[in-house]
Amino acid sequence: MAKAQVTFADIGETVTVSAGTRIIEVSEKVNAGLVYGCREGDCGTCIMQVLDGWENLSQPSVLEEKVLRDNNVGRHCRLACQAQILGGSVTVKPA
Amino acid sequence: MTAQAQRPINVAQTRDAVPISSRVHWIGALDPTLRTFDIILKTANGTTYNAYLVRGQDGVAVIDTVKEKFSDEFFQRLESVANYDDIRVIVLNHLEPDHTGALPELMRRAPHARLYISHKAQRMLKGLLKQESFDFTPVTTNDTVSLGDCTLRFLNTPYLHWPDTQCTYLEEEAILFSGDAFGCHFCDPRLFNDLVGDFRFSFEYYYAHIMRPFREHVLAALELIEPLHLKIIAPTHGPILRDQPARYVARFRELTEPRLKKESTDKTLLVFYLSSYGNTAKMAEAVYAGASEIEGVRVSLYDLEGGAVEPFVDLIEDAEGIALGTPTINGDATKAMWDLLSSLVVINLQGKVGAVFGSYGWSGEAVGMLEDRLRGLKVRVPVPGIRVKLIPTEEELEACRQFGRQLAEIMTDKQKPKVIDFEDL
Ligand SMILES: Cc1cc2nc3c(=O)[nH]c(=O)nc-3n(C[C@H](O)[C@H](O)[C@H](O)COP(=O)(O)O)c2cc1C
Ligand code: FES
Repeated sequence: MAKAQVTFADIGETVTVSAGTRIIEVSEKVNAGLVYGCREGDCGTCIMQVLDGWENLSQPSVLEEKVLRDNNVGRHCRLACQAQILGGSVTVKPA
Repeated sequence: MTAQAQRPINVAQTRDAVPISSRVHWIGALDPTLRTFDIILKTANGTTYNAYLVRGQDGVAVIDTVKEKFSDEFFQRLESVANYDDIRVIVLNHLEPDHTGALPELMRRAPHARLYISHKAQRMLKGLLKQESFDFTPVTTNDTVSLGDCTLRFLNTPYLHWPDTQCTYLEEEAILFSGDAFGCHFCDPRLFNDLVGDFRFSFEYYYAHIMRPFREHVLAALELIEPLHLKIIAPTHGPILRDQPARYVARFRELTEPRLKKESTDKTLLVFYLSSYGNTAKMAEAVYAGASEIEGVRVSLYDLEGGAVEPFVDLIEDAEGIALGTPTINGDATKAMWDLLSSLVVINLQGKVGAVFGSYGWSGEAVGMLEDRLRGLKVRVPVPGIRVKLIPTEEELEACRQFGRQLAEIMTDKQKPKVIDFEDL
């Protein structure tokens, strides 16, 4: 299976994962500082800042776009519970 | 200040609006018999739900409403100074039910009004009104709405104390409608801070339970509020602060700063334990000894049996790490440990490092339970807990020392950047 790498800048850990994995699954395992509420793209608690590799994440759904817009967050923020890493590498930290 | 506003009034005896400046009236409600607020807060003489009406040349703005049960009082006060047709603006500084209870009815009665709420409030509004579509304008810091000769300017102040919280500043009168910030549960029909009884205890208590968990957000809000010229702070509960309002802002700043100034720049690790036969105590001493070997970390060791919880909460607020040691008793962690953890809801733990260890006799559930609880409190638990069956051996104590070293290294970022495979986790 295709591999990808996600780096959690706040704890300095990089994890090799299968392409298609959601960031939330990884960050929970390594105890990165991202926090969650609903886990289904509704509450906006898990908003993260994508420092690098933005293009390696799945496109935000209409729902995710709406939550990000409603929360008025800056560019390059995504929901960790929604964004999947598709390949290459990506670096994130809590927003 | 007008002579009328100066004279002691008793709003318990009228249903009239109370002038607080030339353009602004208080149109709130008194709830003197309330003894417990939001399940968690005590109040010895009740509370007030403060709502305000601003009249400009081009119409009227209503800022916040009241708890639904008190709607009649609110509408009567509103009607004493305005017609519903004049209302052009309704501002909700946050959507907690005690400030939005009268909103659906107000919107029905005020057909020309437009709702102004923060961006984060949009999804809450849906939960509150249980309707799919409604018209409103989401606003953020420095957005304004004009009433002709006066301007309302919004400040986005999330988490003071709901995620959708904002404050509204009436520029021409230098009045800050601050929402729950600078408020307290104190009911006194004389309304103004220079006239009511002594409410300092309530102000501090309210801060400690409502604002303290959001310390970082309070600091961010103070950055927006401190530069404002303030003649009056008009919060949603308790006295209106017209006498020396800046002192209340300064008090928030003091309360938000660390309780005890740190004596060194080292990271702080606190090791707490409870022990019936001394086994967990031995482990705690080993964790403490191991962590103490690492430079840049100041480690403290506490037997919970010998301490009151409150001061520990203050210490934990400013610490970077906590290690908890407990035996398993009747399939559970010890009560004092749970008491400590349940007391931590008033502080923000996000990003701190946590770890658990303990001795057990046969089943040993306590360590896993506390680890789960720590994660639930958004504490990172980077090192798996250590469980020792009954009396720790010298080898097991060495493992505890190693555990302490590892924690301290994580806290000082001495661990090298790590690359791991998801499969190995
Ligand atoms: C002081 C306070 C703190 C709250 N904290 C949270 C919170 O952290 N997360 C959340 O989802 N809701 C929070 N809420 C919202 C309540 O869960 C919500 O109002 C709920 O509908 C109350 O349910 P009840 O009517 O059964 O008391 C909080 C409410 C209050 C009053
Ligand atoms: S956890 Fe609620 S939106 Fe991601």
